[in-house]
Amino acid sequence: MPDVIPENSVGLVQPQTLHFDQPLQLSCGRTLDQYDLVVETYGTLNEDASNAILICHALSGNHHVAGYHSMEDSKPGWWDSAIGPGKVIDTKRFFVIGVNNLGGCHGSTGPNQINPETGKPFGPDFPIVTVDDWVESQARLADYFGIQQFAAIIGGSLGGMQALQWSINYPDRLRHCMVIAAAPRLSAQNIAFNEVARQAITQDPQFFDGHYYEQDTVPRVGLMLARMLGHITYLSDDGMRNKFGRELRSGKINFDFTPQFEVESYLRYQGERFSTAFDANTYLLMTKALDYFDPAALYNHDLAAALKKAKANFMVISFTSDWRFAPERSREIVDALVAADKSVSYAEIDAHQGHDAFLIPIPRYLDVFGAYMERVIADTPSLNTQTEEV
Amino acid sequence: MRADLDLIKDWIKPQSRVLDLCCGEGELMHYLQTNKQVKGYGLEIGHDNITECIRKGVNVIEKDIEEGLASIQDNTFDSVIMTQAIQIMMRPDEILDEMLRIGRECIVTFPNFGHWRARGYLAFRGKMPVSKFLPYTWYNTPNTHFCTFKDFERLCVERNIFIMDRTVVDHEHQHRWWIHLWPNMLGEIAIYRITK
Repeated sequence: MPDVIPENSVGLVQPQTLHFDQPLQLSCGRTLDQYDLVVETYGTLNEDASNAILICHALSGNHHVAGYHSMEDSKPGWWDSAIGPGKVIDTKRFFVIGVNNLGGCHGSTGPNQINPETGKPFGPDFPIVTVDDWVESQARLADYFGIQQFAAIIGGSLGGMQALQWSINYPDRLRHCMVIAAAPRLSAQNIAFNEVARQAITQDPQFFDGHYYEQDTVPRVGLMLARMLGHITYLSDDGMRNKFGRELRSGKINFDFTPQFEVESYLRYQGERFSTAFDANTYLLMTKALDYFDPAALYNHDLAAALKKAKANFMVISFTSDWRFAPERSREIVDALVAADKSVSYAEIDAHQGHDAFLIPIPRYLDVFGAYMERVIADTPSLNTQTEEV
Repeated sequence: MRADLDLIKDWIKPQSRVLDLCCGEGELMHYLQTNKQVKGYGLEIGHDNITECIRKGVNVIEKDIEEGLASIQDNTFDSVIMTQAIQIMMRPDEILDEMLRIGRECIVTFPNFGHWRARGYLAFRGKMPVSKFLPYTWYNTPNTHFCTFKDFERLCVERNIFIMDRTVVDHEHQHRWWIHLWPNMLGEIAIYRITK
């Protein structure tokens, strides 16, 4: 809770809900006749709409990327460390858009929203959405703002996958593509973790086959277990050792099954907090979008062939202790981009925070990020004339 | 501009694809991008160098060459360049093979251990040469594989590597007419342009 809003914060922000009534054909074969997208924007779109940056969120993210909704907020948006006046994504120069993806649970059309056709929540009837579908809906969002070409599309983890997909689906609509802590597709191990998470949710007696809204309950335990499992994969062995070690909460072993190690109570706390703030059906959808992401599949599993038509300049970043999407996975993307003769830079950041590192302001990460953003600025002519005037 | 880079640039064709191994701050790539419209990448492991490359607009890939270049396909590049680094590699011969696999031509520069000053140092002082140009002592030098021009050319013969061009200069990268009288004795730095 900030007493005063820090100077480099975008400050108090308000989401807005945009309605789209052009039907959206989804990868699964179904169609969304109409839908809402909740967005937040920071900074000012310039006259030629050339300074826009789209931030794509990861599994549990949303449109609230930076700033505060009220002075009572305990935390700012999920990527506040990177976005704000004078920060690496400088809102004095760029118009930044955060969007809650379709199927999300923070106001965009998704399982916890009312289906206008039935008057009841979509629940488990909400169609499976894919990264492709998100890119399509985000492209319409760009149309709404009159943005023909983004200065950059940036995302970490599942967000990085959306940025990558953008470069393939709409080569002319982005100049720069930042793919952080991502992978060109999930491994069997990644999918396995997702499946355990899904089982935890769907086996919860309070799940009611996804119709828990009508029962006025939520599969709290299932969602908590899913989050606890996920959380382990976001941290690293070293990171957990540094943060918790084998510390005991009361200093002694109790010889019972209550949480005694710090790491146990931490995971329970994280899981419980998440289980009241997130929607179980959305969690299922997001993990499926991850599992199905595979842009090379249409190109005979040749990622370089998939990326052949991309025109953006790429910056790929990975973190040494990330084992969810390890540096090798980012290198697969880089190798494919090199094979496809694309403009790409790659940095591998030393970090002990595991997959979560992409959200943490690690000095070298910010150095690389900031240096790349200078390039994005240099490639945005209207920003350069502005700088000269200042 | 570094004088050795100045010598190399004439061997790079406009609009070609270039890979610069151990690219440092990306000076050469930046020059080639700006003046010869080349496309390509630098490989580098130094953190500050990488940031500087990115800032300059040079595409840089964080990669330890010692771990191999196997992820790069055959003949991906028109030219592969390695300046003043072949002597610090664990296996210079394997790196050369790899460079020639991924590039049609390679440009390699390295210091000549057969230079008269190095020979004299060892011959008269009985110690491994230390100079302003090669300031390390034997136990802390990154230069684990020193060679002379003759050594390098013998390796080229053994491996069927064709030497397209060779320039021998002094430590300021200046041509001196007298170096060519006895390059392996008088030259301090060699710049080779090789192919298979």
